[in-house]
Amino acid sequence: MDLAFFLIQLLNGLQYGLLLFLVASGLTLIFGIMGIINLAHGSFYMLGAYLAWSLASMTNSLVAAIALGVVLTVLLGIALEWLLIRHFYERDHLYQVLLTYGLILVFEEMRSVIWGDDVHGVPVPDLLAYSIPLTENLSYPVYRLVISAVCLLLALAMYLLIARTCLGMMIRAGSSNREMAQSLGINIKLVYMLIFALGVALAGFAGMINAPLSSVFPNMGGGVLIICFVVVVIGGIGSVKGAMVASLLIGLAETFGQVLVPEVAGMIVYLLMAAVLVWRPEGLFRKL
Amino acid sequence: MRAGGRFLNLALLLALAGLIAFPLAGSTFYTQLFTKIMIMAIFAMSLDLLVGYTGLISFGHAAFYGLAGYALALMVPKYEAASLWWTLPATMTVCAAFALVTGALVLRTRGIFFIMVTLAFAQMLFFVFHDTKIGGGSDGIYIYNKPHLRLGETALLDLEKLEHFYYLVLALMVLVFLLLRRLLGSTFGRALVGIKENEHRMRALGFPAFRYKLAAYVLSGALGGLSGYLAAVQFGFVNPEIISWHQSGAVLMMVILGGMGTLYGPVIGAFAFVLMQELFSNQAWFGAYAKHWQLAMGLAIILVAVYLPRGLAGLLQKTGHKADAGEPAADADGTQEGAHG
Amino acid sequence: MAERDSAAAVAAAPGGGAILSTVGLTRRFGGLLAVNDVSIDLRVGEVHAVIGPNGAGKTTLTNLLSGDLAPSAGEIRYGGGNLAGLPSHRISRMGIGRSYQKTNIFLPFTVFENCRLAAQSRAPHAWRVFHRAGSFADINRQAEEAMAAAGLAGRRERVAATLSHGEQRQLEIAMCLATRPRVLLLDEPLAGMGPHESASMVELIKKLTAGHAIMLIEHDMDAVFAVAQRLTVMVNGEVIESGAPEDVRNSPAVQLAYLGGEDSLHG
Repeated sequence: MDLAFFLIQLLNGLQYGLLLFLVASGLTLIFGIMGIINLAHGSFYMLGAYLAWSLASMTNSLVAAIALGVVLTVLLGIALEWLLIRHFYERDHLYQVLLTYGLILVFEEMRSVIWGDDVHGVPVPDLLAYSIPLTENLSYPVYRLVISAVCLLLALAMYLLIARTCLGMMIRAGSSNREMAQSLGINIKLVYMLIFALGVALAGFAGMINAPLSSVFPNMGGGVLIICFVVVVIGGIGSVKGAMVASLLIGLAETFGQVLVPEVAGMIVYLLMAAVLVWRPEGLFRKL
Repeated sequence: MRAGGRFLNLALLLALAGLIAFPLAGSTFYTQLFTKIMIMAIFAMSLDLLVGYTGLISFGHAAFYGLAGYALALMVPKYEAASLWWTLPATMTVCAAFALVTGALVLRTRGIFFIMVTLAFAQMLFFVFHDTKIGGGSDGIYIYNKPHLRLGETALLDLEKLEHFYYLVLALMVLVFLLLRRLLGSTFGRALVGIKENEHRMRALGFPAFRYKLAAYVLSGALGGLSGYLAAVQFGFVNPEIISWHQSGAVLMMVILGGMGTLYGPVIGAFAFVLMQELFSNQAWFGAYAKHWQLAMGLAIILVAVYLPRGLAGLLQKTGHKADAGEPAADADGTQEGAHG
Repeated sequence: MAERDSAAAVAAAPGGGAILSTVGLTRRFGGLLAVNDVSIDLRVGEVHAVIGPNGAGKTTLTNLLSGDLAPSAGEIRYGGGNLAGLPSHRISRMGIGRSYQKTNIFLPFTVFENCRLAAQSRAPHAWRVFHRAGSFADINRQAEEAMAAAGLAGRRERVAATLSHGEQRQLEIAMCLATRPRVLLLDEPLAGMGPHESASMVELIKKLTAGHAIMLIEHDMDAVFAVAQRLTVMVNGEVIESGAPEDVRNSPAVQLAYLGGEDSLHG
């Protein structure tokens, strides 16, 4: 493996990891703060991708499609929280599993009814549709670099949101002590609704920006969901920092695994998870 | 444990009689369908041992179901039938061993973690069979000959015959039900329920909770393997889809839909779930929307989650209490169970 | 099993000496020393009360002895061995039972089932999976005895969730007794009880003193002075005084340090 090839795999692994972080961070916040296990999180990723495809073909602009898509996913998150999720905070995880599994089926079939079962490609915006040459025959697509940069910016924004803002303080207060936060006059219901909507939007956004790379296909949410579960298990439930570390770890492990040991690449992340469980059953990091 | 009392026992016996008579009246299609449902019922009861009695919500139970299918497919010679006498115990042993190893790991976690980790391990197994050549990759393997069941030189049953296979599955379903009911009424079973209620207290009382949970996990894995074996025999074919998380999700739905922690609930759940699938995908009734039967399934599941927390068995118990209360000597177990809820 | 052997060895030990003693027992939570260098002895036939203001580390001490928490340093000497760091189920099996400050019983089960569950925990046939749970005469007898000892014989078939608060506290202790412990760790057994219930609990503790070594955590000073033969005062995780109740009551250090001073000690 020469240096340029290694560099390309490294960048791919990081880009994949950062994308996973967008999905997994919402998942881990919803677990950690609201105590909800959300199996439908992968469906939001799938919905994002389909929204990007259908809106982009309507507006002829991926940027416009993403802007519109984000608004729609936020609205979807708010509606879901209000209609269903909020009635399940105090209930056993079992019923959360039941509810969100039902949601997966509903979203998947709605997708089939509305958009059909075909695979679609989404073009990279013209402005970004070129590659940076690395050697004579190796180059790196700019769009992947842009995705990584956007993910990093969002991660930074999330860090600032949680560490520096009033909402972040409410999030931290809510995660450590719900009654206390409530008695301090924090509107915990609103905070929960916002967190859920944020999680939905992040997963949807990840699906949208990755649509040109992954293309758009049925059941694309399932694989992402399970990898994100592994991320949350490794990183520790409720830990955004852990989600970041674990996402990058898994992104790199899977990317290099596919290059170096393609026969067992699918298993690598699970072996990694098993190893972490032996060592630290609660994941690498605790809380935020 | 013996919830619902007299009314319930009567209902279960009637249902059993119905199932015994069923192939005499039913068509080939329905005999096959009911065989499939009873296999799923065994699968669901094995999961109920974990979810309903030990408080372990596994979202990866298809691992045992699928592993059993692959174990059988890889065990039997390609062009001749093997004996059920050794392939079935061997398959269940493989599943028990897998449960022992993975159980030692997953039982270190609890709550949401446990749900996700069981799912992830099942997914790992999925990729083992999907990505490698061991089990024919994503195409799977055919099992050309069904196992034979002989005593000496005489064939007891011919599993190629639908009715014979139907009665074997029915007998095994009843056997698993009785076995688990016996087990759960024992000190061991009481300890499992105690662990579900309050594991910390059980440990303080001197129960090695981990060992109990591992024992339940291994037993559940072996029984899950039994159902997977039967399914592989019925379909004559295995592919990675039998380990997919949709399979794990479906069996968990059966347990909850039917009513967990009752044993007969998951059996009802298996029937309700599969028949619901058949109903929603019925083209004569739903026309073009029959293709989208999962939409109706999803909505039904959401409704159950919101409105029917104790499943269909909960409804049955209510009816049972009403019926039993009308009799002079109401069953003491019935009143007790009411407080369990 | 080794655990039963050592329990037997303990039971055979000559009376008078300490059955359980801690040496320099310490537990840190981050920077906080919740229990700091605590050395106490428990003797059969004696109630050793541990008192102190809230946050003094009394419950943490109980948790260390019962194995719910592992100590950061120090030893728990019992039956010729060191219990420090053993899991709670093994400590329980060695003959050390505890009750909880917050009632910690199996609410959906009947009183008898609660006790039977406790009694079966160390029965050799706990793994005989094809016999009905109620079919073991020795387990049933053990459960019946524990129920009777705790004054719950008349409540046998009541579902635990329907008991009064005081009865639930009694059940808490009955479950503990059903495991036939030599050492009883009672964490505020009088918490939340009315005067009548308190009085019968005090009688129960007095009755249990004969066959057991008891460590009693309690805020009710009347009860403490009614039952304790030995008294230890903890403040901020440390023992500031220990000895016969009357001596401790009059110790200047205790008068000074104990919140509420004279009043609460003379109660």
